[in-house]
Formats: sequence, C-alpha cells, structure tokens
Amino acid sequence: MLIKRPQEIPSSEITDRSVYLRRREFLSCSIDAGLTAAALGAFGSLAAPSVLAGEKISGIAKSAYVTDEELTPYESATTYNNFYEFGTAKEDPSLYAKDFRTRPWSVTVEGECARPGTYALEDFLKPHALEERIYRLRCVEAWSMVIPWVGFPLADLIRRFEPTGNAKYVEFTTLLDPQQMPGQRRAVLDWPYVEGLRMDEAMHPLTILAAGMYGEVLPNQNGAPLRLVVPWKYGFKSIKSIVKLRFTEEQPGSTWNRAAPDEYGFYSNVNPERDHPRWSQAKERRIGEFLKRPTLPFNGYADQVASLYTGMDLVNRYF
Amino acid sequence: MRRTDPVTIIKPLVFFAALLPAASLVYRAIVGRLGVNPVETIEHFTGDWALYLLLATLAITPLRRLTGWGAIVRLRRMLGLFCFFYATLHFSAWLVFDHFFDVMEMAKDIRKRPYVTVGFSAFVLLIPLALTSTNGMVKRLGGGRWKRLHSLVYVVGTLVILHYLWLVKKDTYHPVLYGVILVALLVLRAPVFQRPRRRPPPAPTPVPAAATIGD
Repeated sequence: MLIKRPQEIPSSEITDRSVYLRRREFLSCSIDAGLTAAALGAFGSLAAPSVLAGEKISGIAKSAYVTDEELTPYESATTYNNFYEFGTAKEDPSLYAKDFRTRPWSVTVEGECARPGTYALEDFLKPHALEERIYRLRCVEAWSMVIPWVGFPLADLIRRFEPTGNAKYVEFTTLLDPQQMPGQRRAVLDWPYVEGLRMDEAMHPLTILAAGMYGEVLPNQNGAPLRLVVPWKYGFKSIKSIVKLRFTEEQPGSTWNRAAPDEYGFYSNVNPERDHPRWSQAKERRIGEFLKRPTLPFNGYADQVASLYTGMDLVNRYF
Repeated sequence: MRRTDPVTIIKPLVFFAALLPAASLVYRAIVGRLGVNPVETIEHFTGDWALYLLLATLAITPLRRLTGWGAIVRLRRMLGLFCFFYATLHFSAWLVFDHFFDVMEMAKDIRKRPYVTVGFSAFVLLIPLALTSTNGMVKRLGGGRWKRLHSLVYVVGTLVILHYLWLVKKDTYHPVLYGVILVALLVLRAPVFQRPRRRPPPAPTPVPAAATIGD
C-alpha cells in the first residue's frame, strides 16, 4: 500500500490546543494575508499581473494523504503541462500563461443546490483550511508525476452549497477567454473545457480542490487559481482554472469524452487493464525515469476508491 | 570539359547539415538539456528528422523537373540514407526506452497499435531501399527493377504520415501539414509539371525514361 499513514505523531508536531481551536481563523488569516499582499503586489505592478503564482502559502496543514515516493521536481511539474487553453505543446502553458490574470476571479455555483450564486474567489475559499496532499498524477498519455498539492476536500465545499436530493453529479467548467487563453482561438477542443464527477466521487475524501502546490500559490500553467485534483483518474479529469460548478441530475458531458467517446470515457479511472484504443495503459513513464513502470489500478488508490465502482464493468462499459 | 556543377560543393555541406540535428541531440543529452521527458524528446526529435529528410528526398525529383537542374539528383541518395539514419535512431529509442528489448511486448505493440503497425512497417520498408542504394546494387538489379523497388518510398511516405496522424492525441496540425506537403510532392510529379525540354524529340514516339538514379 502506498498511502502512508503516520503512526506516531512527534510532540513537536502537536499543535497547541488554543491554536488548534482557532485554526480556521488562523488559516483564513494567513490566506487573507497572502492574498492581500499579492493583490497589492498586483496593483503595484500592473505589468506583472501574475505575481500571485509562486508566492508562499503560510499555515498549510499536514495531512495523512501522502506518499513517500520521490516528488517530481518543481521545474518539471511547471514546464511540462497539458493545458490546451494555452497551447497543445507541453511547454506552451508555461510560456503563454505568464500574464494570465487570476484576480479578480469568481466562481459560480448553480443547479441542484440550496445556495446557488456567484462568489468572489476569496469568499469561495475563505472557510477552508488548506492542507498538503502528496498525490501521484497519471496522465492518459502514459506518463506520471508525484505532486504535493495544497488544497482542501471538495466534499467540504460541496456541503456548504447544500446540494438537493436531485444532485447526482457535479459539472465543472474552465474559464472561456480566448483573449487570455490563446489555445482557445483554435478549435482543438470544444471550449470551454468541462468535466464532471459522480456525486460520490466528488465527495470522496481523496478528491480535492487545489489552490497551490509545492507550498506555493498555484502557477498559472498548473490551473490557477483553482483546480480539481482526482488522483485515481487520468489527469485530464482534474479540470483547471475553474469558474463554475453545477449540480446536475443527469451525467454531465466532459470535453475529452465529447471529442473522442471511444478513447476517453466519462469515468476515466486509471486502469492498466483498459488500454487507450491507440496505446497501452499498462505502463507509465514516471517523469525523471527512463524506463516505464507498471501502472497500478486506480493509480494505486484502489483500496480507497475501488468500492465506488462495485459491479461496474470498468473495462468495456464504464471506462 | 564539363563545368563543375554547384552540387559538387553543396553535397558535402548538405552532408554536414544533415548530421547537425543528431549532433545537437547528443550535445543536449550530454549537458542534460533534453527537457522534462527526455525519452519523449528523443523519440519526437528523431521521428521529426526522419520525416523531414524523407520529404527532402522526395522533393528532389520535382525540383529537378521544375528547375531543370539535373545534377541536384546527386543529393537524393544521401538524403534518403540520412532519413534511414534518423528512422533507425527513432526505432532504436522505441526498442530501448519503451520496451527495453522485450520482443514479445514489441510484437504485441506492433499487432495491436495501428500507429505502431504503420510506423514499424515504414521502417522495415526503408531497409531494402537503404541496402540497394549503392551503385553496385543498381547495376545488379537493373534500372527498371531498381526503380520499381524504390517506388516503395511513396508507400513509406504514406505510412509515416498515418503513423504521425494516429499517434497525436487531438491536435492534428503537424501531421496534416506534412501530409499536405507529401501530397504536393507527389502531385508535382505529374507530367503537367514537367519543364518542357529545350529540344523536344522530333517524333511523338514514347521517350524512354531518363535514368534518374545515383550519381
């Protein structure tokens, strides 16, 4: 089993009770401080509107969701990206997302829930304590990385908006802005990018919304200011630069599924048994290694998530 | 006495120019500048150059016909062999880095993955062309048979474009671009694009195809 659960907590790690009881306040303060400083920075220098990216986030809590595998170098994780909104070559996002404006940013919540509305990103994030999650990331193109995300469980956020009994799925949408996102000027995909999760997948404790990585504010090319991370699914499910969440009764569409239904299913769980029609998914190349290693079912998270799919044919039907 | 054709000077230059990509790849490997995914870089780079040189090889005949610069054909064999050189590097990268000499896995890949099937076929078809590229082999085969054998290069071109087209995830810009170039190079071989000869033969009897091989 690759998920490491710390067995003993050294006393140095134990937070003082008084600090613990004020943890949310503490964290929201630190996030606020960070955002304010960053916002000031942004206003101070309009020439560099992306000063936010790369700024240290203070007060990140540790979590049990870590792996002892070697982290992918920051340089690799930020220059080798699939983010077609900024171009289809791996280096395009790092080159063309430099001036992407992630503030002001708002997120709309709609559909089957009691509290729909449009929220400023700061308000959207405020109630959530950020924690570090070290996850494997397996791309559908058969390469993988290990990334320390900074985020919070999507479940916590979903509960705030009180989905109704009809909410069976959540649909996510990326910003549509061809002015800022040069990749959207070509119809490589059907913009804007949309993705979806079944409600139980969205509520699963492994599923997070990330606002940072490597202890810093998310770089633009990695999906700033807010992205999804679902570690047991292929990377393209983890939608970037989210502007909308919609609770639906019907299974929502997903961009890659629409583009090539036989190649990219709605579920797209990492599955070495189910090959991509054009290439094998049995192995993957971990970035930094030369030879391929075997791909694990559910990207190594089978113990936690396989039960979500009991009785489903994940090879032929629900791939 | 014949004047020295510029090709005599150009040829060694083209030789070194065609070696430059390989040299730059070796240099990047040594200084560790092959990028985040070095294997992918090597595979794409060698595949790209095999394709460029294939198109360059196929460009010689139309160029000769359009410009009437006959001596340029003396570059063709060299370009073709450089195409084979990069194709061999490309194949070797797949053999070593993707499969680490696992023959069973490779056979499975070739059978199951259409883009591998066509890519591998293209490489295999290049082998007889490279082997029969010497003057001796041209003589032994005879001009007609040699030409027929080497028309396999059109099949190779088509397979290579399919290989590229089938392996990209979604953005088909580059394979389509090179596909269009390939089609253009084939269309330019049509008789209508032939430069009228300065001294046309007096009678409308069929003219035997001029020997276009080797130098």
